[in-house]
Amino acid sequence: MNQRSRLSLVVVQALILSLMLALFGRLFYLQVGAGPKYRDAALSIQSRDIVNPATRGMIVDSSGVPLALNRVGLAVTVDRSIIDQQADKGGAVLSRTAKLLGLSYSDVYRRTRLCGELAKGNQLGCWTGTRYQPIPITKDADPTKALAIVEKADLFPGIDAMPVAVRNYPGIDGVNAAHELGYVGPLTESDLTVANETKYYRSESIGKAGLEYQYDSYLRGKPGIRTVIVDRKEAVTRESQNTKSIPGDHVVTSLDVRLQASTERALADAVMRARSSGYRGDAGAAVVMDVKTGRILAMASYPTYDPNIWEKGLTVKQAKDMFSENTGVPALSRVLQGLYAPASTFKAVSLVAAANAGYDLNGTYSCPAQVSVGNRDFQNFESKAQGRLTMKKAIAISCDTIWYQIAFDEWIRDGGLSPKKSANDYFFAAARGFQIAQKTGIDLPSESSGRVPDRQWRNDWYQQNKEYFCNYQAQAQKNQLTPFLIALAKENCIDGDKIRGGDAVNFSIGQGDTVLTPLKLTQMYAAIANGGKIWQPTIAQAIVKTNGAIVKKFKPTVIGTLPATAATLEFLRGALREVVVSGTAAGVFSGFPVAVSGKTGTAEVFGLNKNGTKKDNTSWFASFGPTDKPRYAVLMMVSQGGFGASTSAVGVRKIYETLFGVVGSKVDPKKALFPEGPPTTLPRISSTTKVKMP
Amino acid sequence: MSFSHFTGRRTKVRRSIMEGFDPLLSIAVALLLIIGTLLVYAATRSWYGSLGLDPQYYVKRHIFNILIGGVLAFGTTLIDYRLLRAYTPIVWGIGVIGLLAVLIPGIGREINGARGWISLPGGFQVQPAELAKISIIIGLSMLLSERLHDGDQPSSNDVLQGLAIAAIPIALILVQPDMGTVLIISASVVTIIAVSGAPSRWVVGLLLVALLGGFTAVKLGVVNDYQLKRLQSFVDPTADPQSSGYQLRQSRITVGSGGLIGKGLFNGPQTNGRFVPEQQTDFIFTVAGEEFGFLGSGAILLLFLVILVRGFRIARRSQDAFGRLVCTGVISWFAFQAFENIGMTMGLMPMTGVPLPFMSYGGSSMFANLIGIGLLQNIHARQRG
Repeated sequence: MNQRSRLSLVVVQALILSLMLALFGRLFYLQVGAGPKYRDAALSIQSRDIVNPATRGMIVDSSGVPLALNRVGLAVTVDRSIIDQQADKGGAVLSRTAKLLGLSYSDVYRRTRLCGELAKGNQLGCWTGTRYQPIPITKDADPTKALAIVEKADLFPGIDAMPVAVRNYPGIDGVNAAHELGYVGPLTESDLTVANETKYYRSESIGKAGLEYQYDSYLRGKPGIRTVIVDRKEAVTRESQNTKSIPGDHVVTSLDVRLQASTERALADAVMRARSSGYRGDAGAAVVMDVKTGRILAMASYPTYDPNIWEKGLTVKQAKDMFSENTGVPALSRVLQGLYAPASTFKAVSLVAAANAGYDLNGTYSCPAQVSVGNRDFQNFESKAQGRLTMKKAIAISCDTIWYQIAFDEWIRDGGLSPKKSANDYFFAAARGFQIAQKTGIDLPSESSGRVPDRQWRNDWYQQNKEYFCNYQAQAQKNQLTPFLIALAKENCIDGDKIRGGDAVNFSIGQGDTVLTPLKLTQMYAAIANGGKIWQPTIAQAIVKTNGAIVKKFKPTVIGTLPATAATLEFLRGALREVVVSGTAAGVFSGFPVAVSGKTGTAEVFGLNKNGTKKDNTSWFASFGPTDKPRYAVLMMVSQGGFGASTSAVGVRKIYETLFGVVGSKVDPKKALFPEGPPTTLPRISSTTKVKMP
Repeated sequence: MSFSHFTGRRTKVRRSIMEGFDPLLSIAVALLLIIGTLLVYAATRSWYGSLGLDPQYYVKRHIFNILIGGVLAFGTTLIDYRLLRAYTPIVWGIGVIGLLAVLIPGIGREINGARGWISLPGGFQVQPAELAKISIIIGLSMLLSERLHDGDQPSSNDVLQGLAIAAIPIALILVQPDMGTVLIISASVVTIIAVSGAPSRWVVGLLLVALLGGFTAVKLGVVNDYQLKRLQSFVDPTADPQSSGYQLRQSRITVGSGGLIGKGLFNGPQTNGRFVPEQQTDFIFTVAGEEFGFLGSGAILLLFLVILVRGFRIARRSQDAFGRLVCTGVISWFAFQAFENIGMTMGLMPMTGVPLPFMSYGGSSMFANLIGIGLLQNIHARQRG
């Protein structure tokens, strides 16, 4: 062998040995270094989870009557592994099934497709679960039609009918409570991908709104999981685990089906009454709260919808109507999402402000037809002069001008347009003390917070809009270029950051930029009634296991105290009683056998309806009763409902009639809903609990 | 060019030729054959079983192939390799005819995009390219050693002639196209030329030509779509999830999921689920990776290492240039093919359809491999005399 050959052979050997070394290195990296990563990857390739959802817990009222339960529905299902094997991929079978069930083929086709199989943006109604479970076309099939499918199995290969659990809101005693209960629905991609601690399984249903959403983690239970190992062609080769499902816990609420139904009826009646008086009456809200605990006994929003439509399968029209302005946006809960100016119901706050500012509550004050503030005259309601009045009477007949004067005087005292650094701001302070700008903290999702247009808010607002107001003529649309609006913009440009006299005056009667939710106002009046405690409102009382064991009790919580002395509150309660005895609500409550107290409110609303008409007033009545030993705060609000007394106060009276068992002008103690107050012990839970009629 | 003036020194074969074999080489090959048989069975038993077919269909045929291959290997050892030189033109000619036959419609069959098989009666198929490897190695070795006396080196003329001998079958394989085999044979050819002691400008030049050729082939579109796809999916395995990228990813996951000790023979879920296509042939190593883990598949690498080390030992000790070059050719063929195949399953090399020597299912490849071992043993057996 020559020298060169020898050398070449050495080089070749070294090269080949280094190749083998590279293989060793790579093998070590793949199997030992990155082994766990690849093991996980392999597992996700091979294993498929088949989820058997747990039975969802019930939602019941305070005496155990079911508000939400599970009904057995008849599902017609499709087995994709069978129909996909058919020559036409199941086309004939699916169209036969659609025809039998009276559904459109395209709907059925879509419901049986995995979302990933459909083009992006065209996935509405797709199946969010897996291929390995029966896919329901409907959960509510007609039994005779379902039977036809089972009997003629040869005509319907891959189609089956089986009983399934369907979430059901039985509407006992006519109860609706759609906004409070919410609904359940399939998981969305974002539920599955959002990095949260809850691990969902694709075929589970979860709460989407209301209590169903709020307490979903309790209600949902733990699904049973069957894990199978599949091969490349998705055929099951073996089972690797199979766990049983654990049913969800029940939620016991403080709602009372009888009171809830009555409240819903009273609200709907109030809206109809407003409409028959020529008002638009587009929406409304009503709340009954236990003033000693903050528990919600009834809560209603108008317009509403059938909570069962979600499980029946929402049609496109139903889905659109839910959020359409033409139908009044039924999806919106007016109780905790609607924001309205409180108007005269706010005078309770102004009275506390005046008392804190040192005004003599027992003195007399002038109630002229108007008060001049700067170059503007602020009119009394209906521009009537009432002479000198006691403060009590001023609340009772809802005099505005007395508050204009006090608010204006205080505004001057605080420095007017050049405010003092140490301004007292008694009115803003009182509003903050009532927590108007904070959420009530109720155990329901999507609550709105109110607004107190104080100095800070005004300044923030100005900073955001300054540019617009100061260049109004250039930026506004043509139809907004009226002389009035141009002048207003100019004014706002110059000193929009300051509280002006007019703002202070408006604030004192709950107009202007002050808004709050009906629930917030209920909480405020409950606090006035109970001596000043601001309770956090709650609907849920407890979480109870299916075997009756208590998982969790929700204790009522005090989250604040009203900024008023006991004497001021005592005086305020007396004044609110006077409203019902001799004031604006006296007519409505004449002959009512139980003493109750309250305040009417008729709020002006600026802006136009879609059809160009001016918006009607918001009708309010906020109250509590019985007057001497307050237990319930009852509130009603009708948007564009006209006067507070004639629309809302009448509705509130009807709710009290149910609560106290009023028949005609007498109390029938046997008919009272809670002779000893709302239930304090938890009920036994059964899906068959019936309503006890008093 | 004449092959007829050969006169070799005859060595007496004492008692049995078997005694002259390198025992370590034989044992390493035997172990690989046994492990390969188990892997072929593991790769196909549950698949065929689930189809209601004979689960042992593949393993039976595999054993049959090994037996035939064994006979062929033993036959190869019987004739003194130096005598074999006389038959070189015939061996080479048969190889070229086979490669030509493949291209004739009606005779050649296309599998996985390459027209590389000849169908025989009885459901058997022959892959001439596998056997052509031996033709090229022997032909080239003969040419380069023909006029070589110890201390000499082949002239440029010899190298050119040798290249011509190699280029004809390589070109025919390129037409099929079977890039993997072309790559491996080319690497072996360069190795043989290097070890023959040819001027280093030839070695360097050939390496450059190979690089340049590969580059222009891709640029000019000479490389088929499917070849390009395979190469691209090597660069970015997620580019085409349903085809070659899918195979590469599945293959890597399958090997990786074996971990240190593996899932146990017949217990690999990836293997049993047939997530890796072609797992009894080109991807047989994934079965070893998943079921035997790092310890088991590392042992397979070690066995290959034993074969290579023993092969080089035979090459070094070979008393004549022809034996040395044949040894070098066979060893570099095994080495490059094993590296390409195992490297491919682990995502280290692009995907080309070459089987793993001694382990993959497939008759032609098995026969060629065992004949190659026969050649090594032949040379070894005659080193003592």
